Amino acid sequence: MIKKKVYVYKGFERFWHWMQALLIFFLAFTGFEIHGSYTFFGYRDAVRYHNIAAYMFIVLIAFAIFWHFTTGEWRQYYPSFKNIAAQLNYYIFGIFKNAPHPTKKTVLSKLNPLQKLTYFGLKVVIIPTLVITGLLYMFYRYSNSGIIESLDISSLKLIATIHVIAAFFMVSFVITHIYLITTGEKVTTNLKAMLTGYEELEEPEDEANITLNTKLD
Amino acid sequence: MKKIILILAFLALLVVIAIGSLSEPDTEASALTKLKEKYSKKEKPLVDHSKFAILQQKFPSAQAATKACETCHNKAAEQVMASNHWNWEREEYVKGRGVIYLGKRNAINNFCIGTKGNEQSCAKCHIGYGMTSSGKVYTDSLNIDCLVCHDNTETYVKAPEKAGYPAATLNLNNIAQSVGKPKNSNCGVCHFYGGGGNNVKHGDLESALFDATKDLDVHMAVDGMNLQCIDCHTTTHHNISGKVYSLSSMSHNRNTCEQCHTSTPHDDEILNEHTLKVACQTCHIPTYAKANATKMYWDWSTAGRLKNGQPYSEEDSMGNHAYMSIKGSFIWQRNVTPDYLWFNGTASHYLEGDIIQDTTKPLILNPLHGSYADDESKIIPVKIHLAKQPFDPVNKILIIPKLFAEDKGEGAFWKDFDWQSAAKIGMEESHLPYSGKISFIKTEMLWPINHMVAPKENSLQCNSCHTRENSRLAGLNDFYMPGRDYSKIVEEGGIWIIIITLIGVFIHGSGRIYVRLKSGKGDKK
Repeated sequence: MIKKKVYVYKGFERFWHWMQALLIFFLAFTGFEIHGSYTFFGYRDAVRYHNIAAYMFIVLIAFAIFWHFTTGEWRQYYPSFKNIAAQLNYYIFGIFKNAPHPTKKTVLSKLNPLQKLTYFGLKVVIIPTLVITGLLYMFYRYSNSGIIESLDISSLKLIATIHVIAAFFMVSFVITHIYLITTGEKVTTNLKAMLTGYEELEEPEDEANITLNTKLD
Repeated sequence: MKKIILILAFLALLVVIAIGSLSEPDTEASALTKLKEKYSKKEKPLVDHSKFAILQQKFPSAQAATKACETCHNKAAEQVMASNHWNWEREEYVKGRGVIYLGKRNAINNFCIGTKGNEQSCAKCHIGYGMTSSGKVYTDSLNIDCLVCHDNTETYVKAPEKAGYPAATLNLNNIAQSVGKPKNSNCGVCHFYGGGGNNVKHGDLESALFDATKDLDVHMAVDGMNLQCIDCHTTTHHNISGKVYSLSSMSHNRNTCEQCHTSTPHDDEILNEHTLKVACQTCHIPTYAKANATKMYWDWSTAGRLKNGQPYSEEDSMGNHAYMSIKGSFIWQRNVTPDYLWFNGTASHYLEGDIIQDTTKPLILNPLHGSYADDESKIIPVKIHLAKQPFDPVNKILIIPKLFAEDKGEGAFWKDFDWQSAAKIGMEESHLPYSGKISFIKTEMLWPINHMVAPKENSLQCNSCHTRENSRLAGLNDFYMPGRDYSKIVEEGGIWIIIITLIGVFIHGSGRIYVRLKSGKGDKK
């Protein structure tokens, strides 16, 4: 089979990914300080930075949603249960026997079924939960300054607890994610692809040379 | 080339926006600067009292001076006689009890307990002369002590145990000619010494405020704004605003920081939001009794010990009384961290004759009402004064003992050191039943802390409260506070999710490394 360098991750996609990574790390770090897990920036600055980063994250999400819908890339995350057993089987057994990846990565289908499912959950459950509870957290009892009178919630407890639960899942995701990117062809293959945008993929037989690899050669 | 120009233009725009949004507008003077300007203009008096002939004639008595005052100020007596300072009681509404008349006349505290029967001594801090237990004093306008509040020579003092009359050595003419608006010294001479000594009662009102530094009290500092009591405790028609909840029940005629500083005084929105639930005092008075110690505990049960038949006293390391035969044992503290409570401006009170429902628990003499759920409530700092004081275990009521008398043998505790006779006579004079049995019960009094505001650099920081360990608000558990509170289940569950993830990664990763090493060896073979 022939392998060719293919432009998989577009410029915005990579910017979005790394910006998101940075913000999630920063939000988690400041967030758990606010949660009382440790002291680093000091409480007041931790809150201030967390809030600024949160707004940046929301802006980034708005751009990402726009990008996904205008490019049709959102379809990449549409979960499919096809091959899910094969993919699980690969991670549990195949990977130790140097078996090949069960699903082929192409420009039109970058994600394996497990990734699809995980990222779908992340984008539809975890991140919206964090954003919504985060906004409620921020605007909770703001009625004093007359901005949002109707958000008169009698206790922060539920909001904060859900925010923290989602945050723990996010941390768990990040750890798993960082580990699983090492399961490419080589340990650094996936990392390189997300940095440069290019990855060596098996040329799909029925697909014409729509990629940039000819230029590169 | 075009592209470069475009990019440069875009960057320039970004810089302009950044500078515009990051720099703070400084064209308008801050609210605080305006306040400072307003209060640095000191008022000049309209009249010079030393020029009035009526104040130059010899005063044969204190009442003669009052008469001279009232000759011109002919409506003042009416106003004074309607005031709390004169009547030692005011109309208060207490939920569940209705309208009551409450004040020093009938309230019970856990310091010297009550004024009934002890008027001659207690009147040292009444704005009148000749106080007796009959109450006649309250009806004669010539008994008003104008000078104690309006003396501006800072020499006027009342004689101890003389029913409120001034010290005999004073030159009343000099004093009467000096009169003006009350200064800190006029108010302080009583309010700093409540309970029988400097800073005994309040903890935040004491003689060091006569000559305050900014660190002690940022408002009253003589090298700062040098505010006088009445600058905040504004007064109309001799009715002075502000009160303390040892003797008050209703949320009216209160003094607040907001009356000058507004409810949104900070530049930081998040801090301004706090003012909805947190009183200014909570963050801005980190400690009280900053100069001299205040009394935290008073144990009447040890009173009455004599050495060779004589009363005696002992001092603690700070030079305060640790024991007095007439009063019992004390604990004093300096630089005290306040306790914190929800408070909505209303309080109830133990009144004379009230049956104590549960004598096994400490009795709170003035419970302050409030909770997180109550919209009117804010967190305030308080001094909690603990005591062990006499009560009648049969009738289950607090005892008002006869403490003061001129001579031995009248049954007063401070002369005869006999609890039985002091209780019997005291209760008789208070028209309360006494079973003949005396015991001691633990009581608490709550004193909201409002003075000794620190410079803003010394106010509490976020993590004074928003912290898991040693939060100042550790005792207030009816709400969720970020940084302090967390769900135990979520916390443990979350940590386990992370641990299991890490273990999974570790096992999976080691497996891959092992396989790779093994296959590498295989290749070599």
